[in-house]
Amino acid sequence: MLAYIIRRVFQSALVLLVVGLVAFSMFSFVGDPVDNMLGQERTQADIERLRSDLGLDQPFPVQYWRFLEQAVQGNFGLSYRQGRPVSEILMERLPATLELAFVSGVLALLGGIGFGIFTAIRKRGVAANTIMTLSLIGVSLPTFLIGVLLIYLFSVELGWLPSFGRGDVTRIGDWWTTGFLTESGLKALILPAITLGLYQMTLIMRLVRTEMLEVLRSDYIRFARARGLRDRSVHFRHALKNTLVPVITITGLQLGSIIAFAIITETVFQWPGVGLLFINAIQFVDIPVMAAYLMMISVMFVGINLIVDLLYFAIDPRLRVDRSAGKTA
Amino acid sequence: MKVVGALTALLLASTTLSASAETLRWARAGDSLTLDPHAQNEGPTHTLAHQMYEPLIIRDHSGAMQGALATEWAPKADDPTVWVFTLREGVKYHDGADFTAEDVVFSINRAKSEDSDMKELLTSISEVRAVDDYTVEFVTDGPNPILPSNLTNLFMMDKGWAEANDVVKVQDIEGGEKTFASTNTNGTGPFKLISREPDVKTVLTANENYWGKDEFPLDVTEIVYTPIQNAATRVAALLSGEVDFIQDVPVQDLGRVAETEGLVVKTAPQNRVIFFGLNQGADDIANDDVDGANPLADVRVRQAMSMAINRDAIKQVVMRGQSQPAGMIAPPFVNGWTAEMDGASKTDVDAAKALMAEAGYEDGFSIQLDCPNDRYVNDEAICQAAVGMLAQIGVKVNLDAKPKAQHFPLITNNQTDFYMLGWGVPTYDSEYIFNFLVHSRTDERGSWNGTGFSNADVDDMIASLASETDLDKRNATIQSIWNVVQEEQLYIPIHHQVLNWGMSNKVGTEVSPEDDPKIKFFTMN
Repeated sequence: MLAYIIRRVFQSALVLLVVGLVAFSMFSFVGDPVDNMLGQERTQADIERLRSDLGLDQPFPVQYWRFLEQAVQGNFGLSYRQGRPVSEILMERLPATLELAFVSGVLALLGGIGFGIFTAIRKRGVAANTIMTLSLIGVSLPTFLIGVLLIYLFSVELGWLPSFGRGDVTRIGDWWTTGFLTESGLKALILPAITLGLYQMTLIMRLVRTEMLEVLRSDYIRFARARGLRDRSVHFRHALKNTLVPVITITGLQLGSIIAFAIITETVFQWPGVGLLFINAIQFVDIPVMAAYLMMISVMFVGINLIVDLLYFAIDPRLRVDRSAGKTA
Repeated sequence: MKVVGALTALLLASTTLSASAETLRWARAGDSLTLDPHAQNEGPTHTLAHQMYEPLIIRDHSGAMQGALATEWAPKADDPTVWVFTLREGVKYHDGADFTAEDVVFSINRAKSEDSDMKELLTSISEVRAVDDYTVEFVTDGPNPILPSNLTNLFMMDKGWAEANDVVKVQDIEGGEKTFASTNTNGTGPFKLISREPDVKTVLTANENYWGKDEFPLDVTEIVYTPIQNAATRVAALLSGEVDFIQDVPVQDLGRVAETEGLVVKTAPQNRVIFFGLNQGADDIANDDVDGANPLADVRVRQAMSMAINRDAIKQVVMRGQSQPAGMIAPPFVNGWTAEMDGASKTDVDAAKALMAEAGYEDGFSIQLDCPNDRYVNDEAICQAAVGMLAQIGVKVNLDAKPKAQHFPLITNNQTDFYMLGWGVPTYDSEYIFNFLVHSRTDERGSWNGTGFSNADVDDMIASLASETDLDKRNATIQSIWNVVQEEQLYIPIHHQVLNWGMSNKVGTEVSPEDDPKIKFFTMN
């Protein structure tokens, strides 16, 4: 077990290094930060001075090495756009994204598992068919469009919910701000959370349904029924447990994508999280922020993968035979 | 009598009470980059600063100059190299400190320091001195007739406050840490900072001790400023009543906003011209199919290309009426603009074809057009329209549209032969255009001139503008430079961009050509 963990951590570090290299080499195609940083009235002399101050005149390996050196110490430099330490800006923005991801994750999980079980048990009912049809919309409509449609319906036409922002937030401790404690904060969460969670919800729902149908056809369920166990017990005690193994894997991986794909939702709803920060950074060619964000996301994905693998171990004893070393997902 | 007096007092109190809670919820696409007033020279940053800080002179919503912290300004009678500014008396900073000449000297020197982004506007100033508490002299190296117009975004800070909070130096974006001045303000302006979360929300409240309390409407007592980047969301926020005032209304949503009850759209020409630049200077250009020659070097080709562009069609189809066709690359507010030159660009495909044939390109040629897709109103669509129009005279255009962060370096690094650019003129004087777009490329001037145009006579004339105090003579020189620009068809002007502000009908304001609302001029009812 320990050897396995050590091996996984080593692999993870390697992945991060490669991600860093790829991300960093991409920055040369994003544009020239100097152009945005100096006003319209800049001279050639200003441009050259700034380039050398930022170290942009150095060759690529030197720039990458400097970046690694600093990043290992948790220092991602100063944002070109805001002139503040990147780590500080990220910490300031992270609560908004995590809260949004958490709420939409819970929504997706509860809704997904609930609807999934329902459509599996009542597979021929009208309600189940309606849900299945509607779920196609969730899978096929782009996030952007769902967001705009929700805004149009609930903010502009009905005037029930805010179309942008996070509402009033309460500060907890030094750097965590939460929208859970105020009415406007909770209201502001609803539309973005639905927008962000809808796709994941339909995905989980379809997964649960398929798995459940599969499990319900298996022999031990038939035996359970033959023993005269009640439906409730068969469905929820015996079938559900075995359905959840793949669901946990997918959910874990999807949680990562919820945070990563929050970019679009955050842009539509002006949600002040790290995704919106990243979009701003791209437009301004704010390399330190982009680098830190990409590293953060990859650390997260690598970490989630690790946790999912370990959870797998805990849930399914058959996997404890050490054969998963080659599987890095 | 006493009762009447008391009643009047009560009435007055109640009206001031109702007026005392006028919150303006204001949204635009971008946020201010920093609160340090000298660190960035950028529109949204200046706009927010204008609510809290003040320069010596401001431009009102019509673009006319108006005294803010200065009451009078003029060149010294016996010495044209000195500008004398008389300061407003009795002005206090938000923390209660007096505004004096020392602060002006301090602020100008601070803005001239290396890390400041404002220093290019102040290069002609060699010394600033305080004569007494309310008189300041600006010494320039050679007479500078348009010095005041360079000061309209140059904010005054309190010397004592800056020293006490260790912000004498301008925020150094690449080097230092965040400074006190980048997150706190102490200005003389009509509003004080209450809270600020960059990119999220900024709240300002009325300055009770503002010197101009009786001169301006000052109906707004609180400003809640929220950047909303996504245009659809911004419009939705206005439609749903969550904000009262938005800038940058997308042209396709103008109708929707205007038709909604309780909302209005106000429109005015912006201080920005959109045009194409042509690389006429190179011997051969990279992205064409003509070997060993540069078709753009021939003025007839440039003229033909300009004649092929149908500006009215672009206005109707691409801009939905929201533009003003242009014939010169100066907006109408600018000294040196003439109606005659601005109307000069006419569409005439047959004449254009004849010119192409005369230049030896009857079969045309192909070329790449570089265009931004996130900078100007419908920028990429304008370029697409131009592709079709140029095809009519045989110029086969291969369009390459990309984000501004990648587009602009092409121009400043001489890597494009045919490009779109937009230019605003904050000083309202042609010299500004010539310095950046017409002068040969040197370390100090011509940084945006991607045309390769270089003419020593024109360069001399441009240089002479900086110190010519005889305004008639100076304007004559400006006209002769414009004549060269027009005859050479240095650029192909497209149109003057139009600004749209959307607002609730209780908000009263006019659109300012610089897109910088100054809330003290706003009325609320």
